Amino acid sequence: MGTTASQLGKDLLSEYQELTFLTKQEILLAHKRFTELLSKEDKALPNPRIPMQSILTLPELKSNPFRKRICHVFSTSDMKDGSLTFEDFLDLLSAFSDSATLEIKSHYAFRIFDFDDDGTLDVGDLEKLVNCLTGETDDTRLTPDEMRQLINNILEESDIDKDGTVNLSEFQHVISRSPDFVSSFKIVL
Amino acid sequence: MEVDSVFYTDRSGRATSNPLLDQLPSYQSLLYRRKSASTKRRSSSRTRLSSSGSGKWGMNTVIRHEEKQRSEMQERPVKELPKTMAEKRQDKVQRLEQDLELSQWRQWRQSTRRTLRRLREDAQEWLSSLQLWRGDIHLIEGMFGTGILSYFSFLRFLVMLNLVIFLLMFSFVILPIIIAPYASGNVTYNLDDGSVCSVYPSSARRGLVIFHEHITDLLSGGGFLEQTYLFYGYYKVDSIQFPKVTYNLPLAYLLVTVAYLFLSLIWIVKRSATGFKRNLVQDEDRFQSFCNKIFAGWDFCITNENAARLKRSSLLYELKTDLEEERIKRKIAGRTRKEKCRIYVIRLILNIFVIAALAACFYSIYRATVFSQKAQMKKENFIVDLIYEYLPSIVITLANFITPLLFSVIINYEDYSPAFEIRFTLMRCVFMRLTSIGVLLFSLWSQITKCKEEPCVCGYNHVLYSCWETRVGQEMYKLTIFDFIIIAAVTIFVEFPRKLIVNHCDCGLAKWWGQQEFAIPQNVLEIVYGQTICWIGTFYCPLLPAICTIKYFFIFYIKKVSLINNCRPATRPFRASSSNFFFLGVLLIGLTLACLPVAVSVGQIQCSQACGPFVNYTTSWEVLPRTVSQLPTGVRRFLFALSSEAFAVSFFVITCLAMFYVIALAGAHKRVINQLREQLAMEGRDKRFLIQKLCQAQRQSAIRSPGSASKSPTRASRGSSSYHTSFANNYTEGVFLAHSPPDSSTHV
Repeated sequence: MGTTASQLGKDLLSEYQELTFLTKQEILLAHKRFTELLSKEDKALPNPRIPMQSILTLPELKSNPFRKRICHVFSTSDMKDGSLTFEDFLDLLSAFSDSATLEIKSHYAFRIFDFDDDGTLDVGDLEKLVNCLTGETDDTRLTPDEMRQLINNILEESDIDKDGTVNLSEFQHVISRSPDFVSSFKIVL
Repeated sequence: MEVDSVFYTDRSGRATSNPLLDQLPSYQSLLYRRKSASTKRRSSSRTRLSSSGSGKWGMNTVIRHEEKQRSEMQERPVKELPKTMAEKRQDKVQRLEQDLELSQWRQWRQSTRRTLRRLREDAQEWLSSLQLWRGDIHLIEGMFGTGILSYFSFLRFLVMLNLVIFLLMFSFVILPIIIAPYASGNVTYNLDDGSVCSVYPSSARRGLVIFHEHITDLLSGGGFLEQTYLFYGYYKVDSIQFPKVTYNLPLAYLLVTVAYLFLSLIWIVKRSATGFKRNLVQDEDRFQSFCNKIFAGWDFCITNENAARLKRSSLLYELKTDLEEERIKRKIAGRTRKEKCRIYVIRLILNIFVIAALAACFYSIYRATVFSQKAQMKKENFIVDLIYEYLPSIVITLANFITPLLFSVIINYEDYSPAFEIRFTLMRCVFMRLTSIGVLLFSLWSQITKCKEEPCVCGYNHVLYSCWETRVGQEMYKLTIFDFIIIAAVTIFVEFPRKLIVNHCDCGLAKWWGQQEFAIPQNVLEIVYGQTICWIGTFYCPLLPAICTIKYFFIFYIKKVSLINNCRPATRPFRASSSNFFFLGVLLIGLTLACLPVAVSVGQIQCSQACGPFVNYTTSWEVLPRTVSQLPTGVRRFLFALSSEAFAVSFFVITCLAMFYVIALAGAHKRVINQLREQLAMEGRDKRFLIQKLCQAQRQSAIRSPGSASKSPTRASRGSSSYHTSFANNYTEGVFLAHSPPDSSTHV
């Protein structure tokens, strides 16, 4: 692929520009950051993967409660270990970039929030999501009563066909009316 | 979820029996899962793939669906597809291959379209890199999230606005005067007709000037600064005769004033339109306030560990208060009449108290202004003079410091819901801030129009205020400068030491005090106040926008440094969406408030006869009718028709009609939305019913075919048990389903 070279090829660069929402500078910066994370022996490989553990050390992801989900969603690894190649990394940054469309963003947000990968956001997913947002420790969690009230409210607002879960189209519908989503679903490298 | 269980059954063999299902909308959401699941299947259990036709079926539908999708997505760029890079690359190659089959002309057209798009993207990138403070704003966004970012982009907006107003003022008023000598223009000055009104004593210091007097002049706008381009009084030009045209400076001055107010209005409205629309939608039916908090709650930009912790606690706090608010609302609904009476009486008393406090503040501002105006006449020494000069500014700043504290204490006893409490306190503060400028102007106005012997000979007090516009301009100049000094001083002398104390002192008091919060509403109020002064002052002090541009430029850096080093983000979060609207809303109130005094002084008060461009007119507005009367008859008649009552009334009626139409349309849309929503819920119920039927049918067919009899009952029972929509039930179901893929693999 040539991604191991210290500089990206010109053709590859323009191809990445076409396939992602990133600008030239952003791609180069991403490449620089990516190669910094690579260990020495990995650099020799043709298409190296960075294990999830070292991806998570990136400051942009370090304090993000969804960091592991993000890695899992964007990883193309067969092992399901959340490791990323450079192209996966670019996909990640593209989805979180400023100019990505709402549809892309909401699609990936749905997948990130779908903790059990079953294609819908059910009560368990929502509960995990809320816990991620407020913090995992006991004193920051909502009480079971509050949690039930909250999830009832969420489902009442978003579950249009009243089947007890939020599916992708319902999610995208809700998100399209959520004013903060586009501005907050962003990672700036 | 019940849909899911059915789909899981589908995959394990009996899918061909229900082609109906892939027309269901919920099928859409399963698409990606199927893909990921199929890769999983390939890696984990190959037996399943080979055992039945399920894999083939799955792949078939995927392909079919992809084909369908491709036809719709043909027009969209590849990067807008939610796929991995390899898939996108494949797509691109495929598209290129498809292009090869096309005719030459279309190929050429597509390639040019592609290059054009690339060019446009590059241009946009280049343009956005030119934007002011791009890097700084990026940095702030990364560290503190979008709420605080919106404050800084608001600041940038004000810098741009002031710069444009300055350019307007400069190019139409100042530039003609400057270039007149070079362009062989002939400047006609307003003539001194020798009456009492037109005496303008020079205030420039004579003889030996001590250094500190220069500083006083610089800070107060008096002395050597008074007779410069800075103030209204200097523009004593009637017209400039260029070789070919005559430039009517008074007209230009008036039109530029109208233009900058209009420009600000349009710019603000344009900026706030999107936010306003959203706000309307949100207010209408409190729809998805919780969804917005949960699904869009995390700010992915945050990289600072501290900020992340804060964000978490603020989210928790917000969720808790919202849930609390719901409970409080229920409580309010259940209040007895006696309790209601008690609360209303308390609110009434407290509101009277608030009004009394405001009145006291306004009265003290009035007294301070009157006193300062009198004291400026006689000079004592440097420091005392300066304090006298700045007395109104000091009193206004003090009042604006004390009253918010008072309001925040009072609001606790009024028993409002938490969200309303914050909004109400904020509204009171906005009112206080902006009306204090109004009061200052009113007291100045009462001083200017007060003469010893009534009525005034010149329409204003010509003895003390021979050029009252300049005096108002000086007052605004002082307010602007003082505001800047206060902002800088608070950062350096209050916030910085506070941070040092909190960081290096372990005693309980310092810990309790904590670091300064970066409260967005207060900060915004501060700069809106400055902007209102700028709008009012630009008429009297044409260079004030330039000063404000520089001021905001520096404030940006001061605030940035203070935010990064001294402050922590507020515990009570401020959302980017609501904040944008709030900022511009307050700014609009400020603009309206600024228009009022300018309009009154232009249209009502007699302009000074000793200075300024309007010496030959009674009021500044008179320039316009006089110019119109010199125009050719056709144009004049047209303009008169525009300003006639007939036109105004008909215009008003048409506007009203349009408004009613829009209101009716909105109502109709709302009803349609409700109907659609009901319909959707109904369809959902239908779908579940159908699925239930389907499960029954499957069970029956399973009984008939003995090969699969052993496993189908469990499936069917799961499918029907999940039909209940109670959440406890669903929860167990969710857990169950999370493990269901391996489960289903054992079945096959």
